[in-house]
Amino acid sequence: MIYKVISKPEFRAFVDALVRANTSYGPRQVDTDRNGDPIYQFMPVSSADEIAFDYTVTTSSAKHLLMPFRGELSRFNFSDGDWKQQVDYETQPIVLIGLRPCDISAINILDEVMLKGPYPSPYYLARRKNTFIIGMDHLPLPDCFCKSMNRHTVNHGFSLFCSDIGDRYYLSINSAKAFSCLKEFRIDDPTDEDNCRLIERRKLIKHSFETNIEVSGLPVFLDIEFDSPIWQKWGDKCLSCGSCAMVCPTCYCYSVEEQFDLDLKGSRRESHLYSCNLVDFAQVAGGHNFRPRSGDRLKYRYYHHYRGFAANDNQQICVGCNRCGRTCLANINPKDVINDLRLERESCLTCVSTSPDKA
Amino acid sequence: MPDMRFNIPGQSLNREPFIDKIPDFQKKCEVMITDRGYKCKITNIVPLTSQEKLFLLRIVDPMERALFTFRPGQFLMLEVPGYGEAPISISSSSSNQEFIELCIRKAGHVTSAMFEARQGAMVSIRGPFGTSFPMEAMRGHNVLMVAGGLGIAPIRAPLFWIGNHRDWYKDVRMLYGAKEPSQLLFNYQFDEWKKVSDVNLMTIVEHPDDSWKGRSGMITALFDEFTIDPDNTFAIVCGPPVMFKFVCSHLDRLGIPMNRMFVSLERRMHCGMGKCCRCMVGSTFTCLDGPVFDYWSVMNLKEAI
Repeated sequence: MIYKVISKPEFRAFVDALVRANTSYGPRQVDTDRNGDPIYQFMPVSSADEIAFDYTVTTSSAKHLLMPFRGELSRFNFSDGDWKQQVDYETQPIVLIGLRPCDISAINILDEVMLKGPYPSPYYLARRKNTFIIGMDHLPLPDCFCKSMNRHTVNHGFSLFCSDIGDRYYLSINSAKAFSCLKEFRIDDPTDEDNCRLIERRKLIKHSFETNIEVSGLPVFLDIEFDSPIWQKWGDKCLSCGSCAMVCPTCYCYSVEEQFDLDLKGSRRESHLYSCNLVDFAQVAGGHNFRPRSGDRLKYRYYHHYRGFAANDNQQICVGCNRCGRTCLANINPKDVINDLRLERESCLTCVSTSPDKA
Repeated sequence: MPDMRFNIPGQSLNREPFIDKIPDFQKKCEVMITDRGYKCKITNIVPLTSQEKLFLLRIVDPMERALFTFRPGQFLMLEVPGYGEAPISISSSSSNQEFIELCIRKAGHVTSAMFEARQGAMVSIRGPFGTSFPMEAMRGHNVLMVAGGLGIAPIRAPLFWIGNHRDWYKDVRMLYGAKEPSQLLFNYQFDEWKKVSDVNLMTIVEHPDDSWKGRSGMITALFDEFTIDPDNTFAIVCGPPVMFKFVCSHLDRLGIPMNRMFVSLERRMHCGMGKCCRCMVGSTFTCLDGPVFDYWSVMNLKEAI
């Protein structure tokens, strides 16, 4: 890792040059919500002017650029009662601009999931290797809780990371390609003042979190509360629409579907990102559903994210961006569910004998 | 009365390794780059009932055919090009390299398409995936197999294995239950299993018709008709989810240690490679850590059966 500082106009020129030369995705304002606040999304950009450098957070994560909502796995070409299978792993290199530390952490978690284990995913590997990531730090929104998940900083997984220190950016350069591109622009070694400003900036970010969730020891709580009535309570609210998984930066469950081409001369096998909240997630042939109630499915999602499931081996895969909470139509957000869970358990401990609920 | 079996000396309740070593997934990755399947020809179709058929597949490429080896209990992903993939347990003998037998019930999109297929059609398989029954660990012991309905499909593989290595095992007993007499699959092979493989086969149906002369009732009723040696018996159970609960708790009461009871779980895998999470039970992938589990592991898994 090499540390440099760059002035903001110079950085803009660097991004502009990068964006013009590559297929790039960056935060763009796509619309305004009903309160008039802008809605940002990671969209294709063709020049630095289109990028909203001072955006807050995007509604949807950058996950779909590495794991597309519909990704082709293989193709079948039919001829004379026979078929040929084609598997194509090749992808175009892309540049992702303006990812927040939690987004980059989420990509690191996806790396763990998709590239470890007995069958590493070549599709993901190809995309991941061909991705140039420029991260940018930001002041958290009131409902972000990245700090609770310890994802408000990120140490690896990016090519270049910029911290805003007033009139300049403090750059953490993590790839040779990024450094060789930056050589064309005016970059300076950080002075002591810059270092101090960076530390001040980090402190400011750290102290700006208004939402905190206590997640230490949460796996034990979750194990104890497997049959807790709160799952029923939140499950009754849940509409099982799957929006939370669509915007989540680490939800990676998918289904594999196959479709004929319209001319019936071939077919394509696709992976479709799926959600464990959808009703048929655990349904098997013959119609038996292992998680028929919405509470069971909601619980499964929370267990996957906070209990630390097999692939991650006790690593909590939630990064605390609260996108699911913001997007949920039924106002279910992780903070409330987890606090509810804790309260349930704590009230049990303090009133073992006297609680009217327990009588 | 508390269950005191945990105190039996010398009985380890730790999970036993399924096989001597971890399956060589690395080898598979070299051979088959995860998403490219082996092309197979449907060489024969045996209609079993109106809903179930037995398909005989032969891998077209001789080199791929030699590479496709599996162990009893593993499953494969059957691809009908254009329709999709479905996980199917392999129900042929693992020593038979020439043909793969799949017993398929018409239940969904892919299996319905498979039912339309004629002899000579080309399909594709990926695999084998998952864990297998610990046939070596059972050596020198009695084996009790319990199958319900279509659960006989994965049980056939260990049954063939036992037929090939009959001198390894002592007393082999198989209980097979179905809803109706017409739904007893592979009844043409019953005599072969009884006489050639020396398997003590007992069948039972839930709803007997007039022509049925055998036993009728639930499959657990069969346990009253014989005694088992709990210290010396391995059990293999496969069937619908309801059956597991009754049969496994019954075997538990009879005293078979939980790490010697093996169940084969059913889930709808989509990738087979531990990525898509569709087959997850709690924190366990049914496609990597299963489908064969010992009852000790399953008992600790929530929502497993």
